[in-house]
Amino acid sequence: MTTSSILKNPSNLRRRKITNSVMLMLCILAAIITILPLLYIFFYTTQSGVSSLNIDFFTQLPKPVGEEGGGMANAIAGSAILIGIGAMIGIPVGILSGIYISEYSKSFISTIVKFITDVLSGVPSIIVGIFAYGIIVIPMQRFSALAGGFALGILMIPTITKITEEMLKLVPQSLREASLALGVSRWKTTLKIVLKTASSGIVTGVLLAIARAAGETAPLLFTSFGNSFWQTSIDEPMAALPLQIFAYAISPYDDWHRQAWAGAFVLIFLVFVVNLIVRIVTRNKFSGNL
Amino acid sequence: MMDIEILKEGVFDEADDSEKNPEKEYKNAVSTKDLSVYFNKRAAIDKISLKIKKNTVTAIIGPSGCGKSTFLRSLNLMHDLVPKARVFGEIFIHNEDINNFNAVDIRKKVGMVFQKPNPFPTMSIYDNVVAGLKLNGYHKKSELDEIAEKNLKYSGLWEEVKDRLKTPAVSLSGGQQQRLCIARTIAVKPEIILMDEPSSALDPISTSKIEELIYHFREYYTIIIVTHNMQQAARVSDQTAFLYLGKLIEFSKTRRMFTNPKEKLTEEYVTGKFG
Repeated sequence: MTTSSILKNPSNLRRRKITNSVMLMLCILAAIITILPLLYIFFYTTQSGVSSLNIDFFTQLPKPVGEEGGGMANAIAGSAILIGIGAMIGIPVGILSGIYISEYSKSFISTIVKFITDVLSGVPSIIVGIFAYGIIVIPMQRFSALAGGFALGILMIPTITKITEEMLKLVPQSLREASLALGVSRWKTTLKIVLKTASSGIVTGVLLAIARAAGETAPLLFTSFGNSFWQTSIDEPMAALPLQIFAYAISPYDDWHRQAWAGAFVLIFLVFVVNLIVRIVTRNKFSGNL
Repeated sequence: MMDIEILKEGVFDEADDSEKNPEKEYKNAVSTKDLSVYFNKRAAIDKISLKIKKNTVTAIIGPSGCGKSTFLRSLNLMHDLVPKARVFGEIFIHNEDINNFNAVDIRKKVGMVFQKPNPFPTMSIYDNVVAGLKLNGYHKKSELDEIAEKNLKYSGLWEEVKDRLKTPAVSLSGGQQQRLCIARTIAVKPEIILMDEPSSALDPISTSKIEELIYHFREYYTIIIVTHNMQQAARVSDQTAFLYLGKLIEFSKTRRMFTNPKEKLTEEYVTGKFG
């Protein structure tokens, strides 16, 4: 159809305009449907959670059933420890495997590793929990923070690997060549030039993986298990924010429900903050180098 | 000016030189024997043999895809990075077989300036100049300062950047970036500098600055420059190699190449009949 026929035929033009506005409306509707649940969750959690939030929540241990008050200090500390253990496993393994795929491996090996990474990122998190249960909890004969952190670390690996690989691939080949042409060795080029140039993107990936792991409940159910007491040694069962929320939410007590809302609010707020940091980091990246 | 210089010196008549000055002055900086590079099964360059004397500027010309860059990049072992590239034949750097060195040592001796200016985007102007030294573990600040200043002066950039050495290198203009890359290259004290169309991405004024540098650099370095620009080859080089379809068609003094070439193909190319 040529331009002239559109101009000559006004009904055709009207039909096109209608189709255009209908499709545009559908797009807007889809966008609203995407945003709505998030906004709803955010406002509802804030509304229900903030009122139960007080200084005790961050400093006190859970009170026994029947007693009012108490907090989730142990769960907040526990989550931090679990994520710390997870990060110690997930970040180095993820970044190093990303470097290997992008910089060193032959194409068929990198295809295989990339495929396996994709599959791993699709494995349900509860399966990863069972895996950690099998190789750490059973031999140790007890639930532990170590097992929980291990499960979270496994969950972080695919995200970090993928983002590292993609960010390194974005680094222009000319920079690698420039460095090598100065008589700099391959590994130093990778470390000081390639990785450094891609670092802001990799930081983004790491933060996203941490935010994701912070909210995971399923893999902790039979690894870290949860704990109502103050516990910082990593070979013992340990409380975690999502676990505590789960336990409190299914309890029959109103006070515990309120605390679960407060916990949910804290968790969402943390994830939100991490995402915000990611935004700022990425914005710097694209306005600056690369 | 160039022509007069060459006429006066007349240094590149191969037979004469060796007798006049057998040892130091005219020894070969780079020579290749039957050098071929294959990508998969296709020969990008095919049995190229030539000898390049020390402290000369050699231009490599030829139509796109004739293997100019491939030839250049084989001289500092850049093909090591390309898994599908295979290199045959012999390369000698200062009469020593290139295989006697490892790639890192060769690349310290044989620097390279690329087509597109490629300063390290995460580094300041200063850090870019001394990048080769710092990355190789050299950290004495007072000496680095001196090296940075000296090399920025050599590359004619010092006056333009001396007040903003700590600003990002990517804030410079394209022509300045390229001179920064040249400063970075000479800071590691190479003996030979390979230039892969160093001014093809630059404006005429930046180009003339680069050409001026090349002209003066021959005192200290041996320069091999790939260029698409016939005038540039004529302006800066002492001798010119003409490559066509991976083969070395002619290699002779630039003046002769552009006025009275031996081969008909060369004549057709330099007069713009094809290419």
